[in-house]
Amino acid sequence: MSDFRVRTMAEVAAAGEEAEILFWVGCAGSFDERAQKITKAVAKILHQAKINFAILGTEEACTGDPAKRAGNEFLFQMMAMQNITTLNMYGIKKIVTACPHCFNTLKNEYPELGGTYEVLHHTTLINQLLSDNKISIAGGSFAGKRITYHDSCYLGRANNIYEAPREVIQKLDAALVEMKRSKANGLCCGAGGAQMFKDAEKGSKEVNLERADDMLESNANIVAAACPFCMTMLRDGVKHHNKEAEVEVKDIAELVAGALDL
Amino acid sequence: MSQILFLIIAGIAIYFFTKNLGKIRRNILLGKDIDLSDNKPLRWKTMLRVAFGQSKMAVRPVPFILHLIVYVGFVLINIEVVEILIDGIFGTHRVLSFLGPVYDLAIGFFEILAFGVLVACVVFLTRRYVVKIARFQSPELKGFANQDAATILFIEIILMAALLKMNAADQILQARGEEHYLKAGAFPISSWLIVPIFNGLNLSNATLIFAERAAWWFHILGIFAFMNYLPFSKHFHIIMAFPNTWYSNLKAKGEFNNMASVTQEVKLMLDPSAAVPEGYQPPTSFGVKDVTDLTWKNLMDAYTCTECGRCSSVCPQNQTGKLLSPRKIMMDTRDRLEEVGKNIDTNKGTFVDDNKNLHSYISEEELWACNTCNACVEACPININPMEIIVEMRRFKVMEQSSAPSSINNMFANMENNQAPWQFSPMDRANWTKEA
Repeated sequence: MSDFRVRTMAEVAAAGEEAEILFWVGCAGSFDERAQKITKAVAKILHQAKINFAILGTEEACTGDPAKRAGNEFLFQMMAMQNITTLNMYGIKKIVTACPHCFNTLKNEYPELGGTYEVLHHTTLINQLLSDNKISIAGGSFAGKRITYHDSCYLGRANNIYEAPREVIQKLDAALVEMKRSKANGLCCGAGGAQMFKDAEKGSKEVNLERADDMLESNANIVAAACPFCMTMLRDGVKHHNKEAEVEVKDIAELVAGALDL
Repeated sequence: MSQILFLIIAGIAIYFFTKNLGKIRRNILLGKDIDLSDNKPLRWKTMLRVAFGQSKMAVRPVPFILHLIVYVGFVLINIEVVEILIDGIFGTHRVLSFLGPVYDLAIGFFEILAFGVLVACVVFLTRRYVVKIARFQSPELKGFANQDAATILFIEIILMAALLKMNAADQILQARGEEHYLKAGAFPISSWLIVPIFNGLNLSNATLIFAERAAWWFHILGIFAFMNYLPFSKHFHIIMAFPNTWYSNLKAKGEFNNMASVTQEVKLMLDPSAAVPEGYQPPTSFGVKDVTDLTWKNLMDAYTCTECGRCSSVCPQNQTGKLLSPRKIMMDTRDRLEEVGKNIDTNKGTFVDDNKNLHSYISEEELWACNTCNACVEACPININPMEIIVEMRRFKVMEQSSAPSSINNMFANMENNQAPWQFSPMDRANWTKEA
């Protein structure tokens, strides 16, 4: 990062300090070029809010989510135990993650295996920071824009988080418009359940193109996402329809970082 | 004479109904045990809200209202069935009429409901067979399922018609002062719908008594027949919806169970010196091969499903033309469980291998299409979970048969070697921090 350095938990521990919160980056956020932008936006927001945070860096490993959804419980629990050992070693208490899949796994599936932490998705944390005036948006930059929010399955139906991302959008001074299928009735982007890593079965249409139709129908200028996998699928959908000039797909964190001029 | 006949028929009907209920209970308990007895206050609340209060039906207003009429009609008209039962046993006529105005009000209200049910059933038939609403046209509904839906609706229409016809004959006889037909009840529907027809036909008292008795017998025999059809039908949901919602999953929908058998194995793998609990038996199989590997709640789900298809109509894969249909998963589970149950019955209490299992019904193509997005689970008006069955069957495919799509196997390999589902070096994980 240009104006500040993101520290690892190892560095923090070596300095004899403690970090308030662990930023769990996730595999997509670490390696996927598009998702890295989301990661950087989250880091900048945390820095701006003067939160003492750190990452695990090379000590982070996949939470095991795609293995679990694909039925490989052995691999999932291997990954989970390995991560839990690392997390407990650093005495982690609070985690924020920019990936709903990591969020769900860390929050719901790790406790039984010995890893109990307070886990937040970045949309929830950002909403809190805005409410607590830890960061404040001058407003105006999104005035007149129509923003629709695509519910990630693992935030929405899986964990009943529907409002935090919407509240953030409303604080951006933008018009929040809903797609015909939203919230509990939201349509999956097509990536979940390990589908991200394989070709679709024979059918009449790709799921992300079905969702792209909903997005275009909403006449939104910006589609807000909250998941790096949704990001990939939705962008591909927009590209397929050659609507990249009209419709931008942005993560909530990127929208906020943009409004903060970060 | 007719009282004895009535008692015999009622006895037979109740005997067979109870026997078949027992069989279903036995089949459900073939499933693996799972403890769903925690947090009883929330369970009662969930049952009251979702099953009794129909809260999840309201998402689609038109079927919600139609279904509500049939549901309320069914529950309330059954109060009149209590009277019919008493009359049948003791040879009385309208035994509860001593309640006076309350009785008149109730009978009048039941008539309106009966007419409402009749109309709703006609609309249901129209939606299914004339308008051909998409979710009733799926391939899995071909054959018995389609016939089952029509049968139920026709029985309900005929039962309600019999009730109205009985009341019509009864009120004419009451007006004519026929002995035994004491003045009781109010008939806001049959008085204008059927009475004019009877009057027009100029029927004698004897004919009317016959018509009234015939309708009475038809109604009660119809109810007995209906009751005994239930255990074989998708319509069994009218009973199962209540226990099934009581046993709802109360955890976050995103939480998949951690397999305890795997936890112990993984602990030993990571630390061979780890203490092994006393009497520890290494697991013999993983995941779901057949229905008996599912939990009893999964099996209860299968008997609860009324094949409405809301799950499939919101499934991202089904809606984009893929083979996967959550409704079919539930129907297949019930069909296979019935098959296993019959196998046990014919073989005097033990299951004899028939070279089939749940995977003979549900293909890999269906299993691997699921997004685990929980749309089906969310959509089910009575809290059935088709997704859990899919994931458990994937577990069998992966951990017992090592049979996953090659791209999924590559993803597993990447996770093992690179700690990420893609082939990136784990050492590059924090590279994003260094870029400007």
